[in-house]
Amino acid sequence: MDLLTLLQLLDSAVRLATPLLLACIAGLYSERAGIFDIGLEGKMLAAAFLSAAVAYTTGNVWIGLLAGIGASLLLSAIHGIASITFRGNQLISGVAINFLAAGLTVVIAQSWFAQGGRTPQLAGAARFNPITLPFADALRDVPVIGPIYYELISGHTALVYVALVIVPLTWWILYATRFGLRLRAVGENPAAVDTAGVSVVGLRFAAVGICGVLCGIAGAYLATALQAGFTKDMSAGRGYIALAALIFAKWKPWPCLWATLLFGLLQALALRPDLIQRTLGFSVQTQLLDALPYILTVVILAGFVGKAIPPRAGGEPYVKER
Amino acid sequence: MTDSTTTAAPAIELRGISKSFGPVQANKDISIRVMPGTIHGIIGENGAGKSTLMSILYGFYKADAGEIHIAGKQVDIPDSQAAIAAGIGMVFQHFKLVETFTVLENIVLGAEDSGLLRPSLARARRELRALAEEYELNVDADALVQDIGVGMQQRVEILKALYRKADILILDEPTGVLTPAEADHLFRILENLRREGKTIILITHKLREIMEITDTVSVMRRGEMTATVKTAETSPSELAELMVGRKVLLRVDKTPAQPGRVILDVQMLNVTDTKGVHRLKDVSFQVRAGEILGIAGVSGNGQSELLEVLGGYQTASGTVLMNGDPIDLTGTKSDGQSRRARGISHVPEDRQAEGLIMDYAAWENVAFGYHHDAKYQSGILMNNAAMLADTEEKMQRFDVRPPDPKLAAKNFSGGNQQKIVLAREIEQNPDLLLIGQPTRGVDIGAIEFIHKQIVALRDQGKAILLVSVELEEILGLSDRIIVMFDGRIMGERDPARTDERELGMLMAGMTSDPDKVSTAEIEENLAHAGTGEKV
Repeated sequence: MDLLTLLQLLDSAVRLATPLLLACIAGLYSERAGIFDIGLEGKMLAAAFLSAAVAYTTGNVWIGLLAGIGASLLLSAIHGIASITFRGNQLISGVAINFLAAGLTVVIAQSWFAQGGRTPQLAGAARFNPITLPFADALRDVPVIGPIYYELISGHTALVYVALVIVPLTWWILYATRFGLRLRAVGENPAAVDTAGVSVVGLRFAAVGICGVLCGIAGAYLATALQAGFTKDMSAGRGYIALAALIFAKWKPWPCLWATLLFGLLQALALRPDLIQRTLGFSVQTQLLDALPYILTVVILAGFVGKAIPPRAGGEPYVKER
Repeated sequence: MTDSTTTAAPAIELRGISKSFGPVQANKDISIRVMPGTIHGIIGENGAGKSTLMSILYGFYKADAGEIHIAGKQVDIPDSQAAIAAGIGMVFQHFKLVETFTVLENIVLGAEDSGLLRPSLARARRELRALAEEYELNVDADALVQDIGVGMQQRVEILKALYRKADILILDEPTGVLTPAEADHLFRILENLRREGKTIILITHKLREIMEITDTVSVMRRGEMTATVKTAETSPSELAELMVGRKVLLRVDKTPAQPGRVILDVQMLNVTDTKGVHRLKDVSFQVRAGEILGIAGVSGNGQSELLEVLGGYQTASGTVLMNGDPIDLTGTKSDGQSRRARGISHVPEDRQAEGLIMDYAAWENVAFGYHHDAKYQSGILMNNAAMLADTEEKMQRFDVRPPDPKLAAKNFSGGNQQKIVLAREIEQNPDLLLIGQPTRGVDIGAIEFIHKQIVALRDQGKAILLVSVELEEILGLSDRIIVMFDGRIMGERDPARTDERELGMLMAGMTSDPDKVSTAEIEENLAHAGTGEKV
């Protein structure tokens, strides 16, 4: 495998890892605050649909992005009201959101566009287009650094860079700010937060809200950057993979980046069976390659990655006691 | 704040506080004045309403009626934030700390100076150093809370309150989790705080602490404040009387026992639990047919382990003979089933966790454990109809109310739940009945009924091993009494020739002449006896 091919593979991995990373960090905020969220999948799907639909109608991808975030936030609000205000079961609420999104997106898409549950193809300003970073072309011919900069670092859509900036930002918020301290505390022991005179409900809604925004970006990325339009079930289990990555990463921001990049790499490999055959000398069934990220998910969830201790109050509605 | 003359405004004054939870009135028209710069004790039995009152003061509950005045001004405390703003700090019985955080982070949480943590943490570190010197409150600021001991965790709670500039500190049962040495250290800290003019409210049910450290003491009983007195002008016995009121003596009518052959023979029983703690130490005794052997002791002194071994779900070393034949103690062949087969029935101490499955119907609970019996079989299936009929009949005989076999166990009152367990176990016609805390949480009427059933079983010539922390019950029911302390048998007494005082001494691990020891000393020893004090 030459350098160029490797860079192309990694480039593809970054693109595929982006929605996973956004969803993973979204889950991190929610779960660090003690709210389990298996509805990442549904929120991404809803955001993917609405962002594509609005981007197509208005011809402006940024309005589409806002619409996608709105759709995701709406579902987040439902999850928050169910699991924080009414202390419902967080898993059931999350599953309900996934079903709701899977069904509604297709039905509404059919009703609006009558194209078999998909949105029309997006083009031009209705889509996120690659950004060429400064000097990319100039540096292109410099050995080693040039190709790395041109192929791997430059040429992604804006949302990829947003996702990459969110990782250090999240780390900083969690460990260097008052909000981060309280957020981590409310997921570990809400009673400590409550007796310190801080609103448990307020903190948890804030966390669920951030989760909604990030899922919205992740979904919009799927439909308006990675693909050119919404198709049925296009999130394809990414929400669940993001959850597995979150456990793999032990609920920490930087490991979230590495874990999702690993999943992204596996997905990128599945798209290049020719590469595998050339490198290994024998062909691997594409079905097996396609299944790799999911197999890794199962392995991770089965606990083969060492002890992952979730936030202690995770999944438990907070009931005030003496 | 340091002025503690009687002319100063009280640090806290409560006027006519009332609070009900459904039909239960937890606080009835409570008024109290706590003077600044004093340590004010609030004493009362479990469930007297002490914690409810303090929760109202800390904004956890809203009082149905009444006023709160802080330093002479009426205040409204709708939440913890308001309580903190009013200068009230609370140290809960169960600490409210984030275990994965450092001490410093816990102290700063909720009292940060700004959006960024670094300046807050730096200031907290400086203040912590000052507080540590001032009040003997040394803690390692960078240690994780989960890595430090409970005594240290409690200090973190106190520091949290002081960091928030609390002038009034409320401590709820602070010594319940502490060793005697840690408790002494805590009292030194409290005295330092008082010297600096802080007002302290100490909630406890231990007389020793009240006498040792408080200036004033208020007594609560059944939701009411029965008295407020100067500690120097009262005595432990007066407080005890105010606390419990005059107890109704329960009389158990029974004829003298007619002990027969030895049913249970326990020889040199030893138990070491999973944490390596030696729970039973060389325990030996016998129970004969037709007698009730009572085991007295403060809970946590090995009685529970003894019942578990005999009931078949705790391993032990030593020998236990049942009707002359040894029973298995290694755990390989011992379980409830094999014990029942040997004629041992067991009414466990914790009926809700071990005696019943709370979500199951009464008939399922009555059949449970005996569901393999031939009378409950119908081919390869269980004979539900037989179980139902049998339960209905047992419920009649044991006066379980309501007599509805299909009602889930959790929907019966404590007394009726106990009757269901008793009905199941007694009706098996065992040679030996193990019975732990037979009347804990049971109403007076049911207590009498349960006691009669136990005596009736004895009169049929059965052996009964009774474990209870209620001395009165032990004295009323037993034909012989042994006292356990720290996993050991302290001695055996004849109920006709002993009294609460002598048994209390033994329960506190003392064997000297009771006439030469004061009640305070007994109380003190009781307070330190065992680990599983009633909470």
